[in-house]
Amino acid sequence: MLLDIKELSVEFASMQGNVKALQNISFSIEKGEIVGIVGESGSGKSVTALTILGLLEKNASITSGSILYKGRDVLVMDKREQQALRGKEIGMVFQEPMTALHPTMKIGDQLAEVIKRHRKLPHKEAYQAGIKSLAEVHIHDPELVARKYPFELSGGMRQRVVIALAMAAPPDLLIADEPTTALDVTIQYEILKLMEELSANRGTSIMFITHDLGVVAQMCKRVIVMYAGEIVEQGETHQVLQHPVHPYTRALIGALPDLADPDEPLLAIPGESPDLRRRPAGCVFASRCAQALPLCQEERPGLEPVQQQNESHYAACWVR
Amino acid sequence: MSAEVHTSTVTRTVNPFWYTCRKNPLMLAGIVVLVIILLLSLFAPLISSYEPTKINIKDRFAPPSAEHWFGTDEVGRDIFTRILYGARLSLGVGVAVVLGAGLIGTVIGSISGYFGGRIDQIIMRLMDMILAFPSLVLAMAVAATLGPNLQNAMLAIAIIKIPVYVRLARAETLSLREKLYVKAAVTFGIKPWRIITRHIIPNAISPVIIQVTLDIGDAILLVATLGFLGLGAQPPTPEWGAMISVGWKHLLDYWWYPTFPGFALFLASCAFNLIGDGVRDILDPKANR
Repeated sequence: MLLDIKELSVEFASMQGNVKALQNISFSIEKGEIVGIVGESGSGKSVTALTILGLLEKNASITSGSILYKGRDVLVMDKREQQALRGKEIGMVFQEPMTALHPTMKIGDQLAEVIKRHRKLPHKEAYQAGIKSLAEVHIHDPELVARKYPFELSGGMRQRVVIALAMAAPPDLLIADEPTTALDVTIQYEILKLMEELSANRGTSIMFITHDLGVVAQMCKRVIVMYAGEIVEQGETHQVLQHPVHPYTRALIGALPDLADPDEPLLAIPGESPDLRRRPAGCVFASRCAQALPLCQEERPGLEPVQQQNESHYAACWVR
Repeated sequence: MSAEVHTSTVTRTVNPFWYTCRKNPLMLAGIVVLVIILLLSLFAPLISSYEPTKINIKDRFAPPSAEHWFGTDEVGRDIFTRILYGARLSLGVGVAVVLGAGLIGTVIGSISGYFGGRIDQIIMRLMDMILAFPSLVLAMAVAATLGPNLQNAMLAIAIIKIPVYVRLARAETLSLREKLYVKAAVTFGIKPWRIITRHIIPNAISPVIIQVTLDIGDAILLVATLGFLGLGAQPPTPEWGAMISVGWKHLLDYWWYPTFPGFALFLASCAFNLIGDGVRDILDPKANR
């Protein structure tokens, strides 16, 4: 097991009280596995990623839990050890390729800088390794691109460069935070294929954060559905998407537009996310849930296997 | 004919330097004056046959003439020659002090802004302490405490200039720190010191450059002020401020003595200020004219 998160809770201090951004999150990622994390904005996807990298803002505090990476707890490491982990062991790809690159440094120099750091090569060799890594992310004419500045590249090209940078070490875990959201659909497909290929070739695990269930269906072996800082459902992608148990997962799937039937009205989820400063005593989704029982308002459901004999599909819901 | 003219204007490449100068003739004037002063001071031994510190009592207080263009002083030294050699000193000291203060201030400011927290508090409160004094008074105090000579005057001016750069660089760093490419660099595992030197400072430098060019004129004036007050360069060093300091007592009898060094000082600091304004117009897209 590469990454094992147990009972992780994170709070942010604010003037109006503590925002409980993550509440008892537990999940794991195996070596070489691509795991999707889906959920709406504010559901805690990115906070989870930042916590793994040790990059939470100063007003954040980790109130419980552990993050075991290769068996070592990231949360008890000192700053130096966490620093050594970033880039070398865990890479990250961002949503906005337009702003994720240094604007006044040439692509080749940016790659060389990161490669020098992780592989301890002299500048010239690091630069050559950078050109090779550009070729690996399927950039044609990598020598030319290495001499360019980020503003001279298109969004898709930049995202390839960001992936090359994140994979430079190369890390064993890649966190991709909505890497294709800012790209158009054809480029999106190419980037997804590229990440799949890199994962398959190098055995890199990918934690794929997205709100696009279509991407999850295409990329991920397993999927974790988050809502208001909690995991509400997780399991094999085909199980979760074909037989969703939690009403929130069902609503997410129902909210996908059906291209075959453009007249069908889009189903939005009524209401809004609960105030994370005052979590409800019961299920976090109860206030928006059509099937909510009286029990749902009172007691929080645990993440339980959906079927007794099936240990891979879990959901946190009283309504079964 | 007209078509020919048309094509020639289209194909002519625009030289960015001349383009800027045409847009900003005052900056061009500043550059011209500065270049003239620089050339004169560099080739001073060729232009003038006198030595700046050689005493010649016979010729004391000679009025401006073909022999002594700007006249002579109370011990017969040629004032024109002393101004030329003084230009080396004033310009050199002004540029060196401001570059030094700019460099140190930028590094301190970006460290302060990047790390924040207690380091930031300590650094910024120290800078507030320096800023709380009127700058000339503090420079005088520092120069007087360390002893009146040119090195200490330079140090004093650098100290009072540093806080401005610290604040500038810190403010830039605070906004750059939140940029995605800086955060991305952190996730790629790049160490803080390299992030500051390679990712923050190169992108925070343009307001610093503007401030440097605007400050050089001021620093030249400050050097001369300390010299005038007897806290800077000591006689017989040909320093403009020191020359004016001695010369103003003779203003009524020998008008040329303080007038020409004063005029040189005025020209030099004016030239740097004009250039500074021009540089700001080029580098700061927000300051539209």
